Amino acid sequence: MHELAVTENILEIVGRHARAAEAERVLRIHLVIGELSSIVDDCVQFYFDYLSEDSIAEGANLVFERVPITLRCGACGHEWQPGDAADWTCPACGLARAGVTAGREFYVDSIEVE
Amino acid sequence: MTTKKIPVIERIMSANDKVALENRRILDEHNTHAINIMASPGAGKTSLIVSTIKALKGRRRVGAIEGDLASTVDSEKVKAAGVPAAQINTGRMCHLDANQVHDALGELPLDDIDLLFIENVGNMVCPVGFALGEHTRVAVSSVPEGDDKPHKYPTIFANVDVLVINKTDLLPHLPFDVAEFRRLAKSLNPDVRIFEVSCVTGEGLDEWSEWLVQLTES
Repeated sequence: MHELAVTENILEIVGRHARAAEAERVLRIHLVIGELSSIVDDCVQFYFDYLSEDSIAEGANLVFERVPITLRCGACGHEWQPGDAADWTCPACGLARAGVTAGREFYVDSIEVE
Repeated sequence: MTTKKIPVIERIMSANDKVALENRRILDEHNTHAINIMASPGAGKTSLIVSTIKALKGRRRVGAIEGDLASTVDSEKVKAAGVPAAQINTGRMCHLDANQVHDALGELPLDDIDLLFIENVGNMVCPVGFALGEHTRVAVSSVPEGDDKPHKYPTIFANVDVLVINKTDLLPHLPFDVAEFRRLAKSLNPDVRIFEVSCVTGEGLDEWSEWLVQLTES
């Protein structure tokens, strides 16, 4: 399960920033995750609840902001969101020159602490 | 008690990426080109590596890092082909990470290796998210798995440099539409280079190994 490794990383990053801010408790963690990453939100929260026990982030809520995949055609410049479709041929010009302009995001955006 | 919001903006994979960069530095120092091979279990990753070792004999010095949940079966096969190999047993983990590869690099005689294959754990999802320090990313997809693999796992197809279609000797027996598979893969990744090989008949291995020779020309 790579959600476990991902969650360990999140906890490490959050703990470091919370301590630097001399916070007592982390309430909420805002994550920005592009749709091109294959992680399952509930699974991360599950591991987080387990791993964060007795830490500064115990009981914190993970808030996932999912960024849809956005493509830009390298031939005609058309921009579109393919959703779940795995055929990224440009709907405007019919050529296969798609470049990913959004959807690869994978970072901790901010934390809410007290 | 007041609540405040603290901006973080830190990549979740930053710790892994840092070690991956260090791996890349070590590889470059030894002039070793590393290839991360990813595929589902049974796609023929080990067969491809063993066949390639034979095809490159006398032309490039090859080494391998073999990732698996357990056992040393794969590294033994590779060693039997006459090249140095390190085994990583990931235990519960579904992917290799940069730290594991860092340790394995220390076990290998990198000065004697031009081309290092890193065989990832059999999995089409998790390995893609972990940079290892590799120079080239290869996905292997085999004919019996079906031609709809890009539909099911777009992320891996969109994030590799090379796609190897393996087990082409089975094409006469299975309803696998090579043209449609290529079209879908190219739609997800216009720059992907595609090879069609059979490790059983040897078909296509010449073109693949010739490309590897050119890739590691120094």
